[in-house]
Amino acid sequence: MRKELRMILLVVFVIPGIMLAASCTKKEIRTSPVISSEPPVYEESPLTRHEAPTTTSERDMMAREHAIEDERLRQERLRMEEKERLERLRREGERIGGEVAASPYPYTQVASGGSPIWEDIYFPYDSAALSPDAQDMLRQKAEWLRNNPSVSLIVEGHCDERGTNAYNMALGDRRAESVKAFLANLGVPRSRMTTISYGEEQPSVLGSDEAVWRRNRRVHFVLE
Amino acid sequence: MGKSFIKLFVVVALFLKKPSFSEKLGFSLSQFVVATFAVLLTCSVSGAAERTYVDLGAPSLQKIPIAIPLFPTTPDSAKLSGKLSDFCSDSLDFTGYFRIIDRGAFLEDYREMDNTGGRTNFRNWTVVGAELLITGGVRSGNDQIEMELRLFDTLKGSLLVGKKYTGRLTDHPRMIHRFCSEVIYHLTGTRGVFDSKIAFISNGSGNKEVYLCDFDGQHPKRFTRNHAITLFPAWSSDGKWLAYTSYKRGRPHIYIEHRREKHGFVIDKKGINITPAWLPGQFKLAATLSHEGNQNIYLLTGKGRQIKKLTTSWGIDTSPTWSPDGRRMAFVSNRAGTPQIYVKRIDSGRVERLTFQGKYNTQPNWSPKGNKIAYSARMNGRHQICTIGFDGKGPVQLTSRSGDNESPSWSPDGSMIVFGSTRGGPSRMYVMTAYGTDQRRLLALPGEQTNPAWSPAGVDN
Repeated sequence: MRKELRMILLVVFVIPGIMLAASCTKKEIRTSPVISSEPPVYEESPLTRHEAPTTTSERDMMAREHAIEDERLRQERLRMEEKERLERLRREGERIGGEVAASPYPYTQVASGGSPIWEDIYFPYDSAALSPDAQDMLRQKAEWLRNNPSVSLIVEGHCDERGTNAYNMALGDRRAESVKAFLANLGVPRSRMTTISYGEEQPSVLGSDEAVWRRNRRVHFVLE
Repeated sequence: MGKSFIKLFVVVALFLKKPSFSEKLGFSLSQFVVATFAVLLTCSVSGAAERTYVDLGAPSLQKIPIAIPLFPTTPDSAKLSGKLSDFCSDSLDFTGYFRIIDRGAFLEDYREMDNTGGRTNFRNWTVVGAELLITGGVRSGNDQIEMELRLFDTLKGSLLVGKKYTGRLTDHPRMIHRFCSEVIYHLTGTRGVFDSKIAFISNGSGNKEVYLCDFDGQHPKRFTRNHAITLFPAWSSDGKWLAYTSYKRGRPHIYIEHRREKHGFVIDKKGINITPAWLPGQFKLAATLSHEGNQNIYLLTGKGRQIKKLTTSWGIDTSPTWSPDGRRMAFVSNRAGTPQIYVKRIDSGRVERLTFQGKYNTQPNWSPKGNKIAYSARMNGRHQICTIGFDGKGPVQLTSRSGDNESPSWSPDGSMIVFGSTRGGPSRMYVMTAYGTDQRRLLALPGEQTNPAWSPAGVDN
């Protein structure tokens, strides 16, 4: 029995040995390469210098994935809080936007209609909400429009340059639509108003600071 | 795995030693040993055949050192020698996969080399650090050119790719690109970028218009003459159609234009008609429209007829991008208060939020290889390019330079990303590898360049 066991062990260890040797000799036999349109088949083990970095980077990746997973869980927990906070921020933003609009602008934006009541309406960052002052200005405009029933209106929505252009195109559309809806609610027929969004494509002022951005987040009016 | 395999082998072998067992099972010890032998041999052979030079899924990129000596030519076309080998070297360098070894270090004289590799002493190449070697042989005359190009693995001394090209002299860049494409295919398993183009917006003429250039920024050419704001170019997946938004009739409408035949269709609904994104493999596209009030994403035919509404939020939904199988769509929505990226499964209609970091994540672009989405994230007041797994794994920030880095678009093989950046002042186009390495400017044109869109593979010139 022990003899047999030894024989089996011999078989177990000798066979892989022979195989290793066989695969080594295989590698040494190389036919000289000939040009062909087919990529030749070749038998090689991967280069060790490629192996080492892969294992470390796999570890790195796993560690990173763990970190990311933790981060995601944390984010999930914070999400509800964040949502509430954002909502609060938004409400505050509207209030601040109101203050901004209330401050006297150092310029007068006169629409092509020529009347000073047609100055632009301004918006808070990433918002199409109408501040109380913007609403007051729109009430004046609505009254003027009711008194001048032959005039129709183009409502242009614009954004500052900070966002990305597709999103800003949509945001400008929302700004124009929110002005149009407000005027319509004050009795101006929708048929007299059309909206166009220009996104960030046509800033009224060039530059990159808050004073400039504030003046570019606007709805502009063109009377026809 | 090896240990347990040997254990199993011993146990089975011991059982088979007893004739009663081997009779029941129907085979003897010697048969079993031979069978095991065969199984092991197949495993080792198939394992050895899978050598990956460049693993596109790896988290970091290892550059492969490659030697590209001058291509010997016939005496009358000696001027071409440097030109062709430099062009080959620049083209491969563009991919970011290689470290091109300086020719000054070479031990071999290219004029005396055997470019077939038969008599090449590969040790002379491994000694200078080259793991790959490209040799060329060129014959030309009468406006005709014949090129033999070969890629060798210097460590194994084996030929990996060998190609012969014959054609007109002016075709030599295409021949070299074709060969580079073979090289990349052999090393990565996917066709490279060499037969693709990039559409982008430039305002050099005074208006934003669509331009096209080769994958490497060469041969920029104006495509539209709208004389009005033109934005968001998008390629159909067969490369035959381009859709874009233009104000040429005063409002943002989507124009769907055949690239060659100059005919097409318009989506001119009330409100905005923006960000077209072609459904892979079909003559259909998603786009953001607002004719029903809110900015939602709709599916339309290539002729602009509305098929169905894909999103129904009360806020802004825009910038759709499709997974390669067309079963999922990523898009931007401000439904949670800030613009974030969401993924919608088309079959179930289920929508999941993808990005949670930061307050402004927009411009998603789904990799044609399927696993990642590139987008721009606003961080510290600047936009940076990031990638995120479609399952939310990541995100990884790829740019960190000053200025805004926007509008990422994947190359058709998923190995590179083109994007717009203001790092040098005005907005220009830059490219980088999918790992964020090798960031460089793509082309020099007057005006500003934005909204790049990389074409699918195989777009003809």
